[in-house]
Amino acid sequence: MDAHPATLPPSAAPRAGIRLPGLGVGLGRGMVVLYLSLMVMLPLAAVVAESTSGGLGAFWDSVTGAQSLAALKLTVVCSLIVVAINAVFGTVIAWVLVRDDFRGKGAVNALIDLPFALPTIVAGLTLLTLYGSDSPFGLDIAFTRVAIVVALCFITLPFVTRAVQPLLMEMDREMEEAATSLGASGFTVFRRIIFPNLLPGIIAGVLLAFARALGEYGSLILISGNIPFETEVSSVFIRSQIESGNVAGASAVSVVLLAISLGLLIFVSLFARSGKHGEKKGVLTRTISRVLGRSGGVGP
Amino acid sequence: MTATKPAKWGLRTLAFGYLGLLLLAPVGMIFFKTFEHGLGPPVEAMTSPDAIHAIWLTLLMVAVAVPLNTIFGVACALLLVRHKWKGNAILDGVINLPFAISPIVVGLSLFLLYGNDGWFGPTLSEWGIQVLFSTPGMVLASVFVSLPFVVREVVPVLQEIGTEQEQAASTLGANGWQTFWRITLPAIRWGVAYGVVLTTARVLGEFGAVTIVSGSISGETETLPLFVAKAFEQFNEEAAYAGAIVLALLALTTLLLMSVGGRKAKAGASGPIPIVSDTAISTSNTKEGS
Repeated sequence: MDAHPATLPPSAAPRAGIRLPGLGVGLGRGMVVLYLSLMVMLPLAAVVAESTSGGLGAFWDSVTGAQSLAALKLTVVCSLIVVAINAVFGTVIAWVLVRDDFRGKGAVNALIDLPFALPTIVAGLTLLTLYGSDSPFGLDIAFTRVAIVVALCFITLPFVTRAVQPLLMEMDREMEEAATSLGASGFTVFRRIIFPNLLPGIIAGVLLAFARALGEYGSLILISGNIPFETEVSSVFIRSQIESGNVAGASAVSVVLLAISLGLLIFVSLFARSGKHGEKKGVLTRTISRVLGRSGGVGP
Repeated sequence: MTATKPAKWGLRTLAFGYLGLLLLAPVGMIFFKTFEHGLGPPVEAMTSPDAIHAIWLTLLMVAVAVPLNTIFGVACALLLVRHKWKGNAILDGVINLPFAISPIVVGLSLFLLYGNDGWFGPTLSEWGIQVLFSTPGMVLASVFVSLPFVVREVVPVLQEIGTEQEQAASTLGANGWQTFWRITLPAIRWGVAYGVVLTTARVLGEFGAVTIVSGSISGETETLPLFVAKAFEQFNEEAAYAGAIVLALLALTTLLLMSVGGRKAKAGASGPIPIVSDTAISTSNTKEGS
């Protein structure tokens, strides 16, 4: 938002560099870049360098080794199943939170962010308590692939809901009313009007959830059993490679994970910025920035 | 569309059923398991030397990582929003990186830098500085994973408040620091507070990255999440559940702060910005002689 120049006296021509206090813009920028480089860029550069330390051939062999390939496949397939489940339930929950009215709505809305706030190891432990060998329901899914899906559902639950909620809130109800008055059934209204309006949010939420699921570790180690070729996801595989001294192999698989998530992240932000969604563009960009920020501030 | 009654109840059932089975029941179950035999066992488990050390170390992580990332976050957000620069797009992308990276990869990256065969490891250990398997490495891991939160919360607030008040202040003779302390910071305070809450929650619960760089030595390099995992793997369920409850309570506090802070942050961004009278600025100007 720019200031209105007309309302300012002529002497108030914006002075350059007054808003970052003291340090001066150049110095401040230098510090910020230095901090980011030391904390983030340099460590990641080390992973990329290590992954190709034995040449590209060794990199390829590490990634396509039977065990690492099995782990990658399992990770991707489980993550796909999970985002499909959460796309449906996330949208339903968003709908109930925005359009429905019931007592304790504020509490339920706050609860959605629990997976963001709860440490992942605690998430794994709680799920194991309920769905493990001591399950009060007699549902023992510990050390199976189902357990991986359940844990990832827990971890990625808020993404779609939080991405869809603001779109649903800003949706123009007149379109729906018009459709209904013209004789459209509830399902038709949903399919032709509501769903297309929510789709950008669902897609953004799904992509972010997928990126999160790919790298998940803490919630899985207790409940998945970490059995190679069976229930070993990529992050667990990387850990086992580090421990057995195959750091280059661990780095190679890390680079693959890194590339996928990075690609998704770039795609999501381009998707949000693209002009396709008309006036929804602003809402979506804000939403993604908020969901990325693990935010819960979109209550009804 | 006002949903018909059966549709409405159907959707409610789906939403509540899913939330109940996935979120509420497991978390409720762990509270039940912990306090099954009264308050005694969990309290005892949490007052063992290892547990107390784990809590202390976890708080130390928060005490170092949160202020660092808060100062960085506010400065970085100011640069991104208030100062056009060609590199801003890249800066913005790099800040998001920690969100996209598996915590295990974060741990591995630090291992590669500071390990015995790492880029910096040998030099640092010559100087007598041990980063890996000790506190500095764990702090670096915590800083890495929690880096984006404050930036991501402050950027939208800064965009929303605009620059009119800041320009007015500088017209009236305030210097950069005065404008920042009296105008900008009060206006973005809820955004900052919200970011701090999220950063704290992330640091408290970090497991994957810390597990690689810490070596998880009981009573030495074990934070509370590592303590929980280890206790569970050693079939010390009481200690595992007690530690998990402490973390879960911290998470519930976070949620509470999030829902309060989120509302305030929203209101703060669009609501009135505190008015600073011109006399306040001019008097402080003369006082500080700037």
